[in-house]
Amino acid sequence: MIDFEYARASDVADAVRRIASDPTAKFIAGGTNLIDLMKGNVERPSRLIDISRLPLKTVEKTAAGGVVIGALVPNSDLSYHPLIEQQYPLLASAIRAGASQQLRNMASTGGNLLQRTRCYYFYDTATPCNKREPGSGCSAIKGLNRMHAILGTSDACIATHPSDMCVGLAALEAKVHVMGPGGERTIVFEDFHRLPGETPHLDTNLHPDEIVTTIELPARGFATNYTYLKIRDRLSYAFALVSVAAALELDGGTITEARLALGGVAHKPWRDPAAEAALRGQAGDQTSFARAADLLLRDAKRFAHNAFKIDLARRAIVRALTQAAQGTPQSQSDKKIR
Amino acid sequence: MAPTIGTPTSRVDGHAKVTGEARYAAEFDAPGLAYGSIVGSTIAKGRIARIDASEALRVQGVIDVLTHLNRPHMAEGGGADEDPYRDDVAPEGSPFRPLYDDRIVFSGQPVALVLAETWEAARYAASQVRVDYDEEPHVTDLHRRRDDAVALRERTKVRGDADTAFAAAEVRHAGEYFIAMEHHNPMELFASTVIWDGDGKLTVYDKTQGVQNVQCYLCGVFEMKPEDVRVVSPFVGGAFGSGLRPQYSVALAVMAARALQRSVRLVLTRRQMYTLGYRPGTIERVALGAKADGTLEAVTHEAIGMTSQFEDFARNDTTWSGTLYRSATAKYDHKLARLDVSTPCDMRAPGAATGVYALECAMDELAVALKLDPLELRYRNYSDRDQNEDMPFTSKKLRECYRQGAEAFGWSKRDPQPRAMRDGSELVGWGMATGVWEALQMKTAVRILLTANGHAEVACATSDIGTGTYTIMAQVAADMLGLPLDSISVKLGDSTLPHSPVEGGSWTAASVSNAIASTAKAIRTELLQLAQKMPQSPLAGATPDDVALVDGRIVSKQDAARAVPIADAMRHAAVDRIEQETSADFDEDDGYARNTHSAIFAEVKVDEQLGVIRVTRVVSAVAAGRILNTKTAKSQIMGSVVGGIGMALHEETLIDHDLGRIMNADIAEYHVPVNADVHEIEVIFVDEPDDIVNPLGIKGVGEIGIVGVAAAIANAIYHATGKRVRDLPITLDKLQG
Ligand SMILES: Cc1cc2nc3c(=O)[nH]c(=O)nc-3n(C[C@H](O)[C@H](O)[C@H](O)COP(=O)(O)OP(=O)(O)OC[C@H]3O[C@@H](n4cnc5c(N)ncnc54)[C@H](O)[C@@H]3O)c2cc1C
Ligand code: SF4
Repeated sequence: MIDFEYARASDVADAVRRIASDPTAKFIAGGTNLIDLMKGNVERPSRLIDISRLPLKTVEKTAAGGVVIGALVPNSDLSYHPLIEQQYPLLASAIRAGASQQLRNMASTGGNLLQRTRCYYFYDTATPCNKREPGSGCSAIKGLNRMHAILGTSDACIATHPSDMCVGLAALEAKVHVMGPGGERTIVFEDFHRLPGETPHLDTNLHPDEIVTTIELPARGFATNYTYLKIRDRLSYAFALVSVAAALELDGGTITEARLALGGVAHKPWRDPAAEAALRGQAGDQTSFARAADLLLRDAKRFAHNAFKIDLARRAIVRALTQAAQGTPQSQSDKKIR
Repeated sequence: MAPTIGTPTSRVDGHAKVTGEARYAAEFDAPGLAYGSIVGSTIAKGRIARIDASEALRVQGVIDVLTHLNRPHMAEGGGADEDPYRDDVAPEGSPFRPLYDDRIVFSGQPVALVLAETWEAARYAASQVRVDYDEEPHVTDLHRRRDDAVALRERTKVRGDADTAFAAAEVRHAGEYFIAMEHHNPMELFASTVIWDGDGKLTVYDKTQGVQNVQCYLCGVFEMKPEDVRVVSPFVGGAFGSGLRPQYSVALAVMAARALQRSVRLVLTRRQMYTLGYRPGTIERVALGAKADGTLEAVTHEAIGMTSQFEDFARNDTTWSGTLYRSATAKYDHKLARLDVSTPCDMRAPGAATGVYALECAMDELAVALKLDPLELRYRNYSDRDQNEDMPFTSKKLRECYRQGAEAFGWSKRDPQPRAMRDGSELVGWGMATGVWEALQMKTAVRILLTANGHAEVACATSDIGTGTYTIMAQVAADMLGLPLDSISVKLGDSTLPHSPVEGGSWTAASVSNAIASTAKAIRTELLQLAQKMPQSPLAGATPDDVALVDGRIVSKQDAARAVPIADAMRHAAVDRIEQETSADFDEDDGYARNTHSAIFAEVKVDEQLGVIRVTRVVSAVAAGRILNTKTAKSQIMGSVVGGIGMALHEETLIDHDLGRIMNADIAEYHVPVNADVHEIEVIFVDEPDDIVNPLGIKGVGEIGIVGVAAAIANAIYHATGKRVRDLPITLDKLQG
């Protein structure tokens, strides 16, 4: 671990002032990702700005019928918050599918958005990795890439974004409110995370001198027909091989609105407007589900060890849409797949 | 007072452990303690060209940086017969010597040791050490070296002409199986706190399964006298075999203490834990030929395991069929692929966990080919003799394991057809397998100190790696001395105590218990002599075998009314303490095979569409002689079954063969089962009286529980899905297509 200074931000403006004045500083919230990375010498901030006590810990209803979530609400509290459990059970479920109870108790909403990839090479400074050290090469492309992306990859990086919560937020079309030296701005969730392209060291479109303050959910919660289905190598406490957030609105047997977001397959939670459009107006049956899955995966690209993910994703999408349509969402406590 | 042997007795050290009173190697303190942090090589093979520690030395609090260039003197070693680096359980070869020279023989190998006033400074400074290498091409892939694998020097026996018998057999099965490289991943990191006692004398608190093995190793490597090195290890946070050999960390910690002439603590990081020994990835080929009625006629079992370039580690993978099944012919072959990796080491049931996996899957495949129930196939080939050595067993209640296990599981209700059983969207599969392990025992000494107040201290240099050794030692001593359990205190894990081998091979319970019994007998003899010196002694004329120690008294076995309280006998003789030390030695050349056995029945449920596997039920029926403590023994079997689930479904150390480096070197990415992966586990101990194996009839339960579990699960997965996956771990992608 490197030598660093530590300071506690007194309010949001102070946090922004501090980060803007020192490009090598980093915010620390729950610390569950950042501290691991510092121990491994992957992140080397000269200064930690502790934001964990900022008053961004509430979950409140908005005038528009949605909710606004403070960036420092712990993942556990968020997933068990009555507003979330009732209006956005998809989000509650996605959060509970991630990490372990202990980690969720520590992890913050904002930190979850900004957690970094779990690519093995990214964590091992003895190996080349473009994300960690731009220009050094990507070890995963020719190496161990069973966990890696099948969509939106580039020649520079094929890492995935590891979050479960973010897959739920993507499906629900959240907005991210951020504050920088120039004031507030809002980033729609779709634009928050980036694809690797030629700049895999940039995970998000958040500027280095900005802080995430709140996350806003629109009123539409899909509380009846939803699921979060996570497929992984053991039944709990593992990152997704593939995860699917599916949310439907149905009129009789016909789909009137559909949201489909995938985790574990790309550098960001993956949504595909064409796949969702293909579901609208269709009967909620295996044929339309399979068509949506095929559409979403049409450009999927395989690497030496992750070819299985394409078929797995297809099956998981169909299964998740079935669970959502039937109103039998996946339980995150007994791990039996519904 | 009822005997405690055979009862479910809670751990005597449980309270100390849950309250944090129990101290582990990294928790001992000393004034002026310095901290070490290891710099590991980033290449797998080559030479160190340059080391620049100048930045590291500038870090505030750094005391020194040791490398092969400036380290203090250590013995030469290098593979000579009397190589001082060879410990009690070293395989053939020339053991790794940390910071010895500029040669790199595996990735992560220590190349420098930073010493500082704080652990944080040491660790940060370690990141500032610059090392340049002259890299050489490496090979770390077992599959790439399989054709160059070398035969073990020790050839195994053959019986008849297995090739011809196989060719002529009515029904045949031949298959290749693979068991992935695995690491032990104990909770406790390897750590040593070396206390500088002055004058070159050291007390070494070390995480180890053998304090005297470490002591002897350190004396060899640093040319020290045994009286100058005391190795202490009162508690061990799991080891599973990883602590049998002295680790490079203890050598480096002692090196540092000698260099600085002060106390030093060295704790490995989790990532560094993956540079130590491991269960070798192994390719196994099994060919079975049988008559149409299932009678085995030919068994061929070949294994190719991985090892390092400098030591040939191998355990018996191939000959277990000779212990389990009758077959007129058999052929075994074991080769090693030498790779640019660290040396493998023992991991719970080494050899058997891997070899029996292959054998028991092959038996299942043969049963399918024969259209025979897999359990019935085992019955038809049941062997009452060990055919490898052509010897009877001291006891073998495997048939009872099959019977009781099958009944508890409900095996008779199994539909033999794969994919025939369902539960909603899940396919249900039932599989079974046999387990076998050795009932070893090793010469061990125990000292008992009995005081007139009715308290006894039992001492032996063995370890308790979490298995319950403290508890069974207390139980055996209590019963043998006729004292209540809480009047016994146990001392272990200290090299100054009476001699013990490393704790491994499941031999500790048998060896230590019999040594306690023999020492207790010496105590009894002495007490009887004292009692007989009393006027009108009611025990006049009795021999030591005529009396027992019961409820604090020396009692005639013929007539319980003839008794003398122990306290009275001692007080009368003005003796306030009796101390005896004896060794139990074991005659293993008595013409008997010594084994434990088990039958494992497993239920899996596999989501048909997604391939997600759940092990919903396991029944393990074990025949392991006398069970000293049904509670801790059951925990051993349950833990082993969980290990078996991991082996079957999760565990795999992943090497990037281009980099020659282990990449999933942490417990987020190296998967062991979590609670959600573990459902019902039922453990049955089959009654197995055995007065031949050793006087107390104990066989040990530390390893038998894992053997066969992965096979039972793999066989159940086949039964559920109709798909045979022979490569472990069975991850869901392998069920695709
Ligand atoms: C073993 C393990 C397993 C895990 N498994 C899963 C899993 O299965 N699924 C899953 O989704 N997650 C998983 N996680 C990740 C976990 O969810 C994240 O570590 C956690 O959400 C990060 O939140 P934090 O508050 O601790 O972030 P920190 O570690 O404090 O910060 C992470 C990053 O976010 C930045 N940051 C934090 N808050 C803000 C803010 N408000 N504005 C701007 N920047 C900010 C920090 O500067 C830092 O760069 C796992 C983690 C571990 C260690
Ligand atoms: S996939 Fe991305 S994170 Fe992984 S090694 Fe390549 S560049 Fe680094």
